[in-house]
Amino acid sequence: MPVNPTISGISNPPELHEALQGAQYLSDDGLSTSAYLALALGKPLLLEGAPGVGKTEAAKALSSILGRRLIRLQCYEGIDAGAALYEWNYPRQMLAIRQAGDEYVNIYKDDFLIARPMLDALQSGGNALLLIDEIDRSDHEFEAFLLEFLSDFQISIPERGTIRADQRPVVVLTSNRTRELHEALRRRCVYHWIDYPDALREAEIVMMRASSVARDTADRVVAAVGRLRAEPLTKPPGVAETVEWAEAATLLQSQGAQWPDAFRRAIGVALKDQDDLNFVHDRLDQLITGTAA
Amino acid sequence: MTITQPLPRAAEPFVEFASLLRENGFSVAPEQTMGFIEAVGLLGPRDMNDILQAGRAMFAPPPDRRPEFDALFRMKFLGQSIPVPASGPDEDELLVGEEAAGDSEPPEPDEINEAGGEATGNEILSRRQFAGVDEIEALRRFRRVAPERLPVRKSYRRAAANKGDGWNMRKVFRQAVQRDGEVIELPKLKRKLRQRRIVLLIDVSGSMKDQTDSYLRFAHALAQAGQRIEIFTLGTRLTRITRAMKVRNRAQALNLVSGIVADWDGGTRLGVALQAFLNIPRFAGFTRGAAVLALSDGLERGDHATLVDAVEKLSRLSWKLIWLTPLAGDAGYRPETAAMQAIAPYLDSIEDGSSVAALCERVLSLRQEAA
Repeated sequence: MPVNPTISGISNPPELHEALQGAQYLSDDGLSTSAYLALALGKPLLLEGAPGVGKTEAAKALSSILGRRLIRLQCYEGIDAGAALYEWNYPRQMLAIRQAGDEYVNIYKDDFLIARPMLDALQSGGNALLLIDEIDRSDHEFEAFLLEFLSDFQISIPERGTIRADQRPVVVLTSNRTRELHEALRRRCVYHWIDYPDALREAEIVMMRASSVARDTADRVVAAVGRLRAEPLTKPPGVAETVEWAEAATLLQSQGAQWPDAFRRAIGVALKDQDDLNFVHDRLDQLITGTAA
Repeated sequence: MTITQPLPRAAEPFVEFASLLRENGFSVAPEQTMGFIEAVGLLGPRDMNDILQAGRAMFAPPPDRRPEFDALFRMKFLGQSIPVPASGPDEDELLVGEEAAGDSEPPEPDEINEAGGEATGNEILSRRQFAGVDEIEALRRFRRVAPERLPVRKSYRRAAANKGDGWNMRKVFRQAVQRDGEVIELPKLKRKLRQRRIVLLIDVSGSMKDQTDSYLRFAHALAQAGQRIEIFTLGTRLTRITRAMKVRNRAQALNLVSGIVADWDGGTRLGVALQAFLNIPRFAGFTRGAAVLALSDGLERGDHATLVDAVEKLSRLSWKLIWLTPLAGDAGYRPETAAMQAIAPYLDSIEDGSSVAALCERVLSLRQEAA
């Protein structure tokens, strides 16, 4: 496999980190290194982590700094080749046959081929970033099928022959780890486990993503979210929830609500599970302000 | 092709690190080793951290084995001889918080049955020797018939079938195109069947002492026979033993389990342990739509509000929630302790869990029950 140490002018992890920052994404050391290695070695990047830590956002930011079109394939149980790869437009083929009468008609032209995300990515090659989102939702059959695609970057269509990518698309896979992925798949990828960002970085993310939020609000939100994550919750708030909470509280504050009160009233954007809300209900003020009971 | 050459000296430690990983039970493929060396070269490397990051990225250690991986790395590259935390405090084990009401009296065991014993608050950590083999015949039969008789659910994946609930439009049109636009028959699609996930929650507290061994042998047979099986032990700690149970050889598997589980025959904090289980989103997710079997006598020390709350949540998540208690081996058994009576409304049933044969029968009969 060709090793290409410089991709779109990026030749080491710190440069990638800066470029990502330009695309409104704050990465950590491990992520910039893994992403850089994936790009340089031409391997897929596998990102695992809890829901809401910014896996999909990372892929979007990568596509934006590389100037590549993001092609997203959302996985689900039962996803098959027809949904991921290609499908013939059978009704159009039928019409074409009927219309042609005795004439010759090529019903396997491009006109009749519906390119699904993976074929689309192959055809766009150097201009595409294929995001295979939540691979853990798909079943083993699809994972096995994906393995073949990721090792050869080619697809064979019986009526047309093999389609090969001139240049490999960049591939990013994400997983919430609701089940263990197959070893063979992990092996083919460059791997990174994304954790929740530390408080300082999360505050920076809030400032970057939500321009209307004041710095001290951001710090307070991040501290409150940190305390919430330490609680045994069914759905701990992710980074997106932190940003939304900060925005919601700022909005309420601009309408005259005071600090802890604005946070409390906006809790619905941070905690989205009834049991969790009940669980923290009595101690919510303490969790927000950080004062002990 | 290049002729095989001896490795450059600089690459040696990296290759050795790969084999060190292999010796310690990480699965490492040759291409990963090559990738690692390439990656280190690409990064400079500017410092040790680069090598560590490259290692993590290319060898992809599972997050729960990250501390072990890092320890091996330090050992190899920094010359530290810190013993590897074998399967140390990882996310699969969780100490259940001390209950507030420390000295409340344990509930009276069911008087008619003697299997119960007392629920104690002391946390006794001990390693356990597994008793001799029993119930061989029941387990052997189970292993034989289980693949066809474990509970199933309809998959979202559809496959061609003679009779089905949807049209196979792809095939219809494909045939029609081949036949010059004539539709002669309408092939069908049917949803495939998939084995339903089974979650086994085994109470390993002191009051269950007599059953624990046979329950674990049953759990091993189940883990070997099925595909989506999750097994946890509950006591003063919550431990996920699924991975150990995947080992094919039973003696080896049980030996592993005996090393991982630290709270054999300790006290009972069932409610707290169940809450801890539900509070880890990944674990709680296992029970969604699954057949959940709790193997416990339900003797709860102190206040049972936590237990009831946990069982209620479990019943909302799961497809079936069945409580198998060894006390029900007695025909006259009625759930009489306050805890059992309180959780009974949320359970699909309370059944006999006094022998391995009964457990086997119960699991195999799940398939006949309507979804």
